[in-house]
Amino acid sequence: MSDLLRIEGLGKTYPGVVANADVSFAIRPGEIHALLGENGAGKSTLVKMIYGLVRPDTGRMTLHAQAYAPTEPRAARASGVAMVFQHFNLFEALTVAENVALGMENPPPMKTLSARIAQVSGDYGLPLDPARRVGDLSAGERQRVEIIRCLLQSPRLLIMDEPTSVLTPQEVAILFATLRKLAAEGVSILYISHKLEEIRSLCDGATILRRGRVVASCTPRDKTAGELAEMMVGSALSAPARQPGAKGDVALEVAGLSLASPIAFGTALKDIRFAVRKGEVLGIAGVAGNGQDELLLALSGELRTAPGMVRIGGKDAGALRPTQRRALGLVAAPEERLGHAAAPDMTLTENALLSGALRRGLLGRGGFLRWGQAKDFASEIIASFDVRTPGPGAAARSLSGGNLQKFVVGRELLQSPSVVVVNQPTWGVDASAAASIRQALLDRAAQGAAVVVISQDLDELLEISDSFAALNGGRLSAPRPAQGLTVEEIGLMMGGAHGMEVAHASA
Amino acid sequence: MLRLEKRPAPSRFWLWAAPIVAVLCTMVAGGLMFAALGKNPIEALRTIFWEPLFGELAWYFRGQLLLKAGPLVLIAIGLAMGYRAGIWNIGAEGQYIIGAVVGASVGLAFYPAEHWFIFPLAILAGALGGMTWGLIPAILRVKFRTNEILVSLMLVYVAQTILAMAALGFLRNPEGNNFPGSRNLSQYPATANPELISGTGLHWGVVTALIVVLLGWLILSRHRFGFEIRLAGQAPRAARFAGVNPDRMVLICLGLSGALAGLAGIFEVTGPSGIISPDFNVGYGFTAIIVAFLGRLHPVGILLAGLLMALTYIGGEYAATNLGLPSAAVQAFQGMLLFFLLALDVFGNYRLRFGSGRAV
Repeated sequence: MSDLLRIEGLGKTYPGVVANADVSFAIRPGEIHALLGENGAGKSTLVKMIYGLVRPDTGRMTLHAQAYAPTEPRAARASGVAMVFQHFNLFEALTVAENVALGMENPPPMKTLSARIAQVSGDYGLPLDPARRVGDLSAGERQRVEIIRCLLQSPRLLIMDEPTSVLTPQEVAILFATLRKLAAEGVSILYISHKLEEIRSLCDGATILRRGRVVASCTPRDKTAGELAEMMVGSALSAPARQPGAKGDVALEVAGLSLASPIAFGTALKDIRFAVRKGEVLGIAGVAGNGQDELLLALSGELRTAPGMVRIGGKDAGALRPTQRRALGLVAAPEERLGHAAAPDMTLTENALLSGALRRGLLGRGGFLRWGQAKDFASEIIASFDVRTPGPGAAARSLSGGNLQKFVVGRELLQSPSVVVVNQPTWGVDASAAASIRQALLDRAAQGAAVVVISQDLDELLEISDSFAALNGGRLSAPRPAQGLTVEEIGLMMGGAHGMEVAHASA
Repeated sequence: MLRLEKRPAPSRFWLWAAPIVAVLCTMVAGGLMFAALGKNPIEALRTIFWEPLFGELAWYFRGQLLLKAGPLVLIAIGLAMGYRAGIWNIGAEGQYIIGAVVGASVGLAFYPAEHWFIFPLAILAGALGGMTWGLIPAILRVKFRTNEILVSLMLVYVAQTILAMAALGFLRNPEGNNFPGSRNLSQYPATANPELISGTGLHWGVVTALIVVLLGWLILSRHRFGFEIRLAGQAPRAARFAGVNPDRMVLICLGLSGALAGLAGIFEVTGPSGIISPDFNVGYGFTAIIVAFLGRLHPVGILLAGLLMALTYIGGEYAATNLGLPSAAVQAFQGMLLFFLLALDVFGNYRLRFGSGRAV
């Protein structure tokens, strides 16, 4: 069979960075082809070239045996190439049908369009009500809006960028069924991910990228996850070492925590209760936007609560501000690195001071700053956590995401905290850096800290948690021991497949 | 094709080069404007920048330089603290007026008594008056989320009305033959703020301004409060994460800049001006905004910018009387300075690239 898309010697260089070099592979019609690689391996640049967002410096592409060089996404769409981005481009205040219409060249009347959306959503098992407002949809449902928007263009090639990072296991199952159905109809799918088990179960072929180059191609079903990981990273990864120590007294207790969200379209927290003991790691799973940000703000002290809702080391901390909670031993690392955990234009020394001033004694008499000690602290973080940077004088925004994340986590862990709260500690971080961050969190727990890890990465949570709970619509499921939990049970804790009930009701 | 590319880190070179290039651009554009008005541009620029410093009458003008720069620097330091934190006090002119009126009222309340404490008390009252006027927009912002830019600006006009009331009413000189204006505070020994060294223009207000420059530098570079100010301005969410209380920051910054503007007002009315009159204020509060930005919101830069701006005031007046240049032209000249500075500031964070290319 002839190939649908053939890529030969594609390359793209940015000042100082080779994003892609001499990349060649081909996709057959009806094939689900995986593009596998770590963050920064060049997957995004490659698909942006296929989708016409970036123009390649070298190489050529052929589609349907014809030369293919899209200059803009509109040209790519006209050739039958569609793409679902990792970050959705949707207007929250508009309905599903209105959002779909906005993405079309010549949208039909709204009534016709709604009927077609309902039909496509029925055909492909993607339950979705065209009249609902996007602001009220879950992440999984928002993704369906994007997918249906693509399917209405009857694409020949569908590119999906990290589609499962925001889905519950049940939603993943629905998505995979849809993708297999599309493939059976002859649509080719280019599937970008770094989740190995997914690729093994879904994909027919895989191209593995490392540092912008193709390092291997294989049939994923014939390989173990370990072999795939090794090809992706280039070396064997060791799982974090755990020393199951004795658990001590309760260090952090949350009881009946309810709080309105300060964020537009945010999620209010509803009656959250859990307790974390010294030496224990509590993993909190959940699809983004289910109250993770709000929970971190309520724990770090950026939002204050009624008395008794948050207790640190037995002391009521509900009314305390971040500095006062640090004094009690609680440190926090928010999800958003630039702008929240760190000030982008400030140096690493200044950023070390940002949250470390109190516990590391960087304040002198009368509130004057000890710049020398602050610089030493920044250097210590850089050395202990292998942060790649010219030095403590570098601006935070000059660091790559992974390196800044190591700096932020290191800054908090090096304050000898008794309670650690982190949100998405390894988001956008390469595999080896992620492993070292997880190890550092476990080490801190072994030294007697209570650790709360909020994450969307289930594998990560199962790897490091002692107990496990899930956030869904601002409510937290009762924490359970992590050992012996199945993925199905976790999926149900996360709320199962969002939106299924609604679709059944309207069907 | 020209395009701007974001720099990985802000340029330190352009931070300080921008004001210098802005001054040069202003000279060129101002020269063109003077030429369009039918004046010899070289002569006009020479009159503004050279004569006051090195001309025949320099012995007189040099003293004027510190007199004019003192209040500008004092006000601009306070404004810069707020601006760095993202708190925009545009109403320093009003705080300056209220400081002068309240301070003068307290001082004149003792007339004609002679006590050592009257002058310090009047100064303190001036600072408190300015601070109160600055705290009004602060409290409204904290309590009702109003916009401090609008409120502080509007309060300037309220302050001007109060100034007129004072000059025509409760502070009017009973021995002044019904002319508007208060008693002359600089001729009342208990409140006078004379030149400390004759001919230098150095009075207590200038001394205070120099001390404030030093303190401002110390706070911004060495103190936790200065760090919190910079953090709040650059990354408000990171500031909250660090534990900065944004409401407290608004109150402190607006209160502080109000107090410094009030100080400038009371030092002016007890010294160079002497009298609370309806036209007492000459725009120091607004010009100080230009001074703050021209000085890069940095205390030492503000000191230099204040001297430069004082020079354009003095030279501009001199050019107005000597060359018949309209005073509006001199104001436009000062405005150009801020315009060019803000335009050139783009290069601090971006660099200019030629040719096409697609950003990702």
